[in-house]
Amino acid sequence: MSAFVPDFQAAPPPRSGRGQRSSPWTWRWGDRLVLLCAWTAGLGLCAIAAAIVIYMGYRGIEYLTPSLLVTRPAIGTSQAQTGGILDPLIGTLLLTVIGIVLAVPLAVASAIWVAEYGQVGRARQAFARVVESSIEIVAGTPDIVLALFGVAIFQLGILAPLSFRAEGGGVYGRSFIAAGAMMSLIALPPLFVATRDGLRAVPMHMREAAFALGKTRIATIRRVLLPSVRSNIATGVTLGVSRIIGDTAIVVLLLGKTLHIETQGSTPVLGLLRGTGSSLTSYVYDNSPAGEGAAPQKAYAAAFVLLLFVLGLNLLVDRIGRSNAQSTGMSVAGGIV
Amino acid sequence: MLDRLRNPWSDNRAELTLGAVSLLVCASVIGMIVFVFIRAWPIFEHNGLSWLGPGGSLKTQLENMQATSVHPPASAYHLRAWPIIYGTILTTGVAVVLGIVIAVLSSIFIVELAPARLRRVAIPVIRLLASVPSVIYGLIAILVLVPFVGNHLISSPQKTSVQNSVQLTGEGLLVVTVTLTVMITPIMIALICEALAAAPRSWREGAVALGLNPLRAMLAVTLRAIRPAIVAAAVLATARALGEAVMISMASGASFFTPNLSHGVPIFLYEPLRTLASTIIDFSEGIGAPALDSTLYAFAALLLLSAFVLSIGGYLIKLPLRKYQVRG
Repeated sequence: MSAFVPDFQAAPPPRSGRGQRSSPWTWRWGDRLVLLCAWTAGLGLCAIAAAIVIYMGYRGIEYLTPSLLVTRPAIGTSQAQTGGILDPLIGTLLLTVIGIVLAVPLAVASAIWVAEYGQVGRARQAFARVVESSIEIVAGTPDIVLALFGVAIFQLGILAPLSFRAEGGGVYGRSFIAAGAMMSLIALPPLFVATRDGLRAVPMHMREAAFALGKTRIATIRRVLLPSVRSNIATGVTLGVSRIIGDTAIVVLLLGKTLHIETQGSTPVLGLLRGTGSSLTSYVYDNSPAGEGAAPQKAYAAAFVLLLFVLGLNLLVDRIGRSNAQSTGMSVAGGIV
Repeated sequence: MLDRLRNPWSDNRAELTLGAVSLLVCASVIGMIVFVFIRAWPIFEHNGLSWLGPGGSLKTQLENMQATSVHPPASAYHLRAWPIIYGTILTTGVAVVLGIVIAVLSSIFIVELAPARLRRVAIPVIRLLASVPSVIYGLIAILVLVPFVGNHLISSPQKTSVQNSVQLTGEGLLVVTVTLTVMITPIMIALICEALAAAPRSWREGAVALGLNPLRAMLAVTLRAIRPAIVAAAVLATARALGEAVMISMASGASFFTPNLSHGVPIFLYEPLRTLASTIIDFSEGIGAPALDSTLYAFAALLLLSAFVLSIGGYLIKLPLRKYQVRG
């Protein structure tokens, strides 16, 4: 059930020759209606996407000032006093880094195992199936359920030192580590699928040539296979990043959407990681009329920054896919979601 | 010894390490399922399965849970969650049905009808639509659609006719379903387009040669052949719609009201509601009260279970359709 999608590059072959195509004007009314609906649906969706980007761009340029990006949020009664979005920006970047750093080794290692070791022998095939289905389960699990799971495990006694401690000593399982760990689960499926499919697409004779030169299996993986799937991993990372920065539920439940980044303890890096904060998404959520802040101008500004990130990542996926298609003649499964 | 230093990754050890990492991934997934169900257990223990049904006011039930201390009495666990289950089924069902129709039509448009230049624009644009974060959809819904519906579509007689039971502000079923449809359609389009492009062209050419016009050949032959892909797309979209929390929490009016068909159709569409996922996020501030915690985990367990049932169901539906399958 993983959400992977083609880049639609398999375009249909050219239309049939001149004069052979029947004109829609000779069709029955029902068929003409379907044709009209198809055009409306396709153009309508494009129009909706354009409207969203243009409207958010208009609002963003209206409300986003450079000073907003570098000032910290503050408590105030009017929108002029509530400060900027520096802390949410840092929060988003920090979560992305933690999530990706945790997800890449897990996803790449399990993809290598499944594609390279899990193909021979009954027990191994069974285990490879189990790994693949667990990743599918993660891909199909709503982020809100993952967030609740995070709350459950980071409230446990053993993991409590990793998260923020409230005044009275209560552990709510909230910290950058907790949120980042769950973010890595969100980024796991696209990374895993991209890497596994890349490895499967590497021709067998490349492995055979490496074995013939006396390389061991792991040396083949490190020196031959991993370099050749580098662009697949890059696509997976980009997809993972765009899922992480777009996620709200995990931040709201596991980071606590506090206004400022609040550190826990005095150790420099660890204190930050154990602290709470906010991200762009939770900032938008909190400042929309649905949240407590009710500062729509700030919400628009932050949402515009978020949309710019998403647009940039989309372009990046396209470019990686295209350069890979040029260099190897294979197309990477560029994906959505 | 020297050999071992030079080549620290012997094949066996490498395989074991990689396998251990894979095992870790499996363990965390199994851990997730186990944890969610363990934390949800008290609700099942006190209510049996009848918590899925209607009865009493869900609002007071959840407020009671929030009010109790660390050791809640058994009565605090009383829960009848039907209003939000109904809300979930309603929003998801309508959005998925609408979404399938729109997705099939626009996939035909993209693969078949659009001129090459338009197609080159439409594909990245629709892919962008799929990657817009849900909080941005929520923001647009609450700041643009809700005021529009509230000020222009709902007339004041409509507002007064139901004011005893519910306030109509524009937040509600209509805005949620429309936004949800826009969110899930691009996911389906991607899968359906892939299948359409992979279907053998000669089948359609045969149909055209027998006298069908190209569109009818598309509908009668190609679309029939890719039914498994349509089922897969619907399953994926349903899973996404079920789990959507943030957008619905922002745009649904966050009310335990159940949209009531007896109020007449236009009013029914404007009535606020809640879904399972949006309730979890709305009550996340109250995490720490054991009874409420276990309720939220029960909702999460229900979501997990339905995702599971969906993928099994999709597989079973696809089985008899595989006769003419081209891919998937």
